[in-house]
Amino acid sequence: MIPSDSVVMTSVDEVLSWGRRNSLWPLTFGLACCAIEMMATGASDYDLERFGCGVFRATPRQADLMIVAGTVTLKMASRIRTLYEQMPEPKWVISMGSCSNKGGPYWHEGYHVLKGVDRIVPVDVYVPGCPPRPETLLEAVMMLQKKIRVQESSMGLLGALRKPA
Amino acid sequence: MTFQDVQNKLQSQLSSSILGVEDVKPDPSLKIAPRDIVTVVQFMKDHLQFETLGDLCGVDYPAQSSFCVVYHLQSYTHKMVVRLKCYLPREDGAEMPSLTSIFKAANWLEREVFDMIGVRFTGHPEMRRILCPEDWQGHPLRKDYVTPDYYNGMPVPLFFEDQTTVTSGETHS
Amino acid sequence: MSISQELVEGRLSQTTENLRTDELLLNMGPQHPSTHGVLRVVVTTDGEIVRAAKPEIGYLHRCFEKHSENVDYMGVAPYVDRLDYLASMNNSMGWAIAVERMVGIEVPRRAEFIRVIVAELQRIASHLLFFGTYGLDMGAFTAFLYAFREREKILDIFEMISGARLLYNYMWVGGVSRDMSPEAVTRIKEFIDYFEPKIDEYNTLLSFNKIFTERTKSVGIVDEATCHTYGLTGVMLRGCGVRWDLRKDLPYSIYNEVEFDVPVGSGQMGTLGDCWDRYFVRMQEMRESVRIIRQLIDRIPSGPHRGKVGKVVKVPAGESFTRTECPRGELAFYIISDGSAKPYRVRCKSPCFLNISTLNEITEGVMVADLIATIGSLDIVLGEVDR
Repeated sequence: MIPSDSVVMTSVDEVLSWGRRNSLWPLTFGLACCAIEMMATGASDYDLERFGCGVFRATPRQADLMIVAGTVTLKMASRIRTLYEQMPEPKWVISMGSCSNKGGPYWHEGYHVLKGVDRIVPVDVYVPGCPPRPETLLEAVMMLQKKIRVQESSMGLLGALRKPA
Repeated sequence: MTFQDVQNKLQSQLSSSILGVEDVKPDPSLKIAPRDIVTVVQFMKDHLQFETLGDLCGVDYPAQSSFCVVYHLQSYTHKMVVRLKCYLPREDGAEMPSLTSIFKAANWLEREVFDMIGVRFTGHPEMRRILCPEDWQGHPLRKDYVTPDYYNGMPVPLFFEDQTTVTSGETHS
Repeated sequence: MSISQELVEGRLSQTTENLRTDELLLNMGPQHPSTHGVLRVVVTTDGEIVRAAKPEIGYLHRCFEKHSENVDYMGVAPYVDRLDYLASMNNSMGWAIAVERMVGIEVPRRAEFIRVIVAELQRIASHLLFFGTYGLDMGAFTAFLYAFREREKILDIFEMISGARLLYNYMWVGGVSRDMSPEAVTRIKEFIDYFEPKIDEYNTLLSFNKIFTERTKSVGIVDEATCHTYGLTGVMLRGCGVRWDLRKDLPYSIYNEVEFDVPVGSGQMGTLGDCWDRYFVRMQEMRESVRIIRQLIDRIPSGPHRGKVGKVVKVPAGESFTRTECPRGELAFYIISDGSAKPYRVRCKSPCFLNISTLNEITEGVMVADLIATIGSLDIVLGEVDR
């Protein structure tokens, strides 16, 4: 038992990443079949909320995690890029399912399918599966949390002062 | 009512519009002169109780050098579907009369045929693409369609012919 | 004189005549929580009134018809699963029946029983998802959690049968891919016993909830003439009182051997063919599905689960147009075969494509909030709209 008036010493990075990784707010953004599994992950049985990641936001301005769940078509691609750009820094992307990883089953004849969402937005975690099980998505969220933990967080805090690359 | 009855009735009433029967298995179809399709469908709707347009699609036959527009008329009264086919010359400006004045379902279905095969429908209120983006080139369901290499700067195939992987976007550091 | 003074004196109505009003073009989607996927609706609004709502589709156009020309008949099945991803069992059953009809394959009795049981379970799962998301659209979050609780149980059964949770590739040409184990049969029996009373619970929770009925009654009315001119099928058609169900009227598989009713809309809350009618038809259909499963589950005959079909299905040259009743309406496959290993042309007539094409007509002059209620009640799946 730590007394309530005690002092904890830690780095700024650690505090920031602690806050960030435990309150990831995903964007309500379903594209196709995988979105149903994403909904199942958020619903009663799997309960994504346990990982601090269940607050699905309907607007990109309030979200910091984009789960690209489903097939990205060429018609949709520019909209996804816009949504990504509308999200405030720091932001992360999970590519959920084979379709958004590399075109999935549509890689050969899919004249209208973008073969991998990483051609338009940077991806942090790739989730394989067609569709991935909810457990796999949970694993991906935990992996992302690990990644945020080792990221240099204060860069994100000072992001506004950074010159655009 | 059977397919034979429909065929007989149409042939007795509109003999010049019926070009023949394609006896394909398992369902036969009727060949209709493209310019008369509106008359035939209107007759079937008014007098033969075909209440609904079940489907409308296009098929490309490069070997016969023709497009085919296929109509499936559906009847709740007779519990049956009758297929009508119209063959058009296979050229870029191929045109068909639109069915939008009879069935509103034809609106989107004809737009899809235009998008996929490239047959235009005269008298259609807005003849534009429906599934592919407006600035898309070509008609994908033609047999000789070649997938473009790039669309709006985005590479389309997974690999190019020389087996090089398409470069991915940036990644987070 | 300031506006506040005018307000006090009740003279503002005189000034509104000189106020300039404009129609506002509102772009809803493709990313929007209430469009059930990547539907985009271009809404012209006059204040709170919808003047026009034009759906723009194609954001999930995955080239199904092109793919099916380039794989063999068995290879199309996984793509068929991905059309209507909420009811893949029903989809692939439609595809299997279409191919079997062309080849003339006899499906073993056991496979027919398994197919119908599984298809009806899938119908329940699909309607449950509708129930949950429609609740969400109407602002009731609890229904979503209830629906998913039960849906997960069905998915567990499917996982036991086929190995997958969402896209199963289970119904193959000539039968089903794996046999149904006795444990699965027990699980299904347990499930239907557990599930049937839950439908009453949903009715108490949502169907007759005052807020819910107020939001959905006399909204988005579709009449029979609209259905016919737009080619609407399934719940859209039954919701306006037309008793038409392919399972009953043109029975395929073993649907002629089971007893069930075809629920239709009654207009008991408001007008015939409104959103509430369509919603309630789906709720009743779940009960009918349970009834069908209950009749079949104890009578599954023994025997093979798949007929004698080679690795490559040889389809003779010909054309067929085969319709089946999916949770969202009549799904039809028009197959043109030239006798080779691959189909010459496959056309999928999807019910949702036509269902959503009515949106502009049935939402003219409604409030913006009712537009959401109407889109939800169409129960579209964009994978099937765009294919």
